[in-house]
Amino acid sequence: MSILVNEETKVICQGITGRAGLFHSQQCREYGTPMVGGVTPGKGGTEIDGFAVYDTVTAAVAATGANTSMLFVPPRFCAGAILEAAEAGIELIIVITEGVPVLDMVRVRKQIDAMDNCRLVGPNCPGVITPGVAKIGIMPGYIHSTGSVGLVSRSGTLTYEAAWQLGNVGLGQSTCVGIGGDPVNGTNFIDVLELFQADEQTEAILMIGEIGGNAEEQAAAYIEATVTKPVAAFIAGATAPPGKRMGHAGAIISGGSGTAADKIAALRAAGVEVAESPADMGEALKRAIERAGV
Amino acid sequence: MKIHEYQGKDLLRAAGVAVPRGIVVRSPEEAEAAFGELGGELVVVKSQIHAGGRGKGRFVEEPEQPGVVLVRSAQEAREHATRMLGNTLVTIQTGPEGKTVQTLFVEEGLDIARELYLGIVIDRETSSPVLITSTEGGMAIEEVAAETPEKIFNEPFDVVDGLSAERAAVVGESLGLEGESLEDAVELLPALCRFFVESDCSLTEINPLVVTGSGQLLCLDSKMSFDDNAMFRHESFEELRDLNEEDPAEVRAGEAGLSYVNLDGNIGCLVNGAGLAMSTMDLIKLHGGEPANFLDVGGGADVDAVTEAFRIILDDSNVQAILVNIFGGIMQCDTIVEALLGAYENVGITVPLVVRLEGTNVELAREMLEGSDRDIISATDLTDAAQKVVATLGA
Repeated sequence: MSILVNEETKVICQGITGRAGLFHSQQCREYGTPMVGGVTPGKGGTEIDGFAVYDTVTAAVAATGANTSMLFVPPRFCAGAILEAAEAGIELIIVITEGVPVLDMVRVRKQIDAMDNCRLVGPNCPGVITPGVAKIGIMPGYIHSTGSVGLVSRSGTLTYEAAWQLGNVGLGQSTCVGIGGDPVNGTNFIDVLELFQADEQTEAILMIGEIGGNAEEQAAAYIEATVTKPVAAFIAGATAPPGKRMGHAGAIISGGSGTAADKIAALRAAGVEVAESPADMGEALKRAIERAGV
Repeated sequence: MKIHEYQGKDLLRAAGVAVPRGIVVRSPEEAEAAFGELGGELVVVKSQIHAGGRGKGRFVEEPEQPGVVLVRSAQEAREHATRMLGNTLVTIQTGPEGKTVQTLFVEEGLDIARELYLGIVIDRETSSPVLITSTEGGMAIEEVAAETPEKIFNEPFDVVDGLSAERAAVVGESLGLEGESLEDAVELLPALCRFFVESDCSLTEINPLVVTGSGQLLCLDSKMSFDDNAMFRHESFEELRDLNEEDPAEVRAGEAGLSYVNLDGNIGCLVNGAGLAMSTMDLIKLHGGEPANFLDVGGGADVDAVTEAFRIILDDSNVQAILVNIFGGIMQCDTIVEALLGAYENVGITVPLVVRLEGTNVELAREMLEGSDRDIISATDLTDAAQKVVATLGA
């Protein structure tokens, strides 16, 4: 088994008639993801490259039985689109869109948190991939191989780098989850760690964090208390200057908190193998596995 | 986006929040006149820059002159303004290069009985806005938090319902307010929370929030920044932007859809993705080099945007080598190489260039590189790339 996606997964794309939405829906379909259609308000009843288009998520769910949605909706409409998916009964909402206002996400979280059986991943994330089963997002499929490593990350391309390094040291992945680089998002490190800990296929975990906030410190506390599988980590931004936003809205050291040094210290104290260099992520996980095996 | 104190106070006044009377001035004559208009007894002349620590800050050209001064005559107001305007103010937050003061805010002097702290931010942990207050106004809140955390009160409030009058009263009482001051707090605190949400702030900080001798509660300072991603619903804020306060290269990058931060080193970086871009900086440092910048070209950049990225990097006279590190996902490696080869023609790359490519269309991109007669150093992985780019400087 893997996490978040399985044989029952049926995916729609909200924003499918946009350039990025269509391109990545095609890429996902090509990878073998069960893409069952898309949603663009006002374009219901049409078809685009073989994808049936619906006006609303509710209509798409009724017609296709979709339970997962991948969002490429423009930032200003994104909060509404997420809530629409949640209200239509979508169980897994993966938001690729970058640039959603923080307070919109605060409002969205308030409503989603009150719902049962609805999980939000993102925004501003590369998505979720279970190699060989389904790719729901923008990551290149070919760098991933099937295996037993659970990968969770706040970053996009750095996740690709990590998956590629894992492949180079002969480690495939059970599932890779990009949780996104925004200050307020859906699924967090601890949620994913909990899923990986419970997942039989996952034997080791690689976690990629970055400066800003204290999600990594909280994850470290959770790992120490609960996770029995070997864990390795890398934290990006050790050399970033304070007070400057490093691309991601969430990647900013403010008031002396959110530094890489604090996060690395917390993870090490929790027994996590921390890679010093971004080139060492794959090897670090190998070391963590070997250490646990002794 | 950050704004100046006087702009923040204008917005607060419009939102029904009590602020002192003040006048914006841009010349010594205006400062002199403002003294009289504000009652002619006591005023405060405050440098307007996007950085804190102004009171303790001093000017490069006038080492005795503080960034904020109390003034008791029109003549004095004029003299101070002369020493401040056009000069460079250095504070603990500006860095040694300081910031040029082009605007002053002249404010009525107040009879201050107590100084409190107030800040509103979004707490990532609870995904909720939170009102932070403290009895220790006028100090850096990080220090108060470290030394006397019991003097800080955190009051989360709902993004839709705001802060209730009941909770505002509880906060006011924890701050030791009573009588008229407490009544003021019951109005002022919810108004500030409402302002924070309605304006899509990422920070609203009033330090200090003061209680006057007569018990009135007023915002003596205002520090604000807004969520850039929400600016589409606040078009009027665009005119509050002061480009003089921003790094010109960062502004240019923003216009091209690039994310760029200028740093002190000499190795220019061109990377796709924020996480990988940060990691590339870390990697350079780990191998003994110093990054000149953070630059994320993003996923959707085209040849023009990547070309502009090369231009921005090369305009930095500190740059002595460039590392291009691309892991193509949405971004296709061949797009980068096309722009890169074009940049030799259009921009003129005169420093050593190390390229590390992986991901979407990497084979095609490598063929393009091999087919060119440019002196480009190829790297196989991250470590190789960092070692090679650092080595070019030693040669």
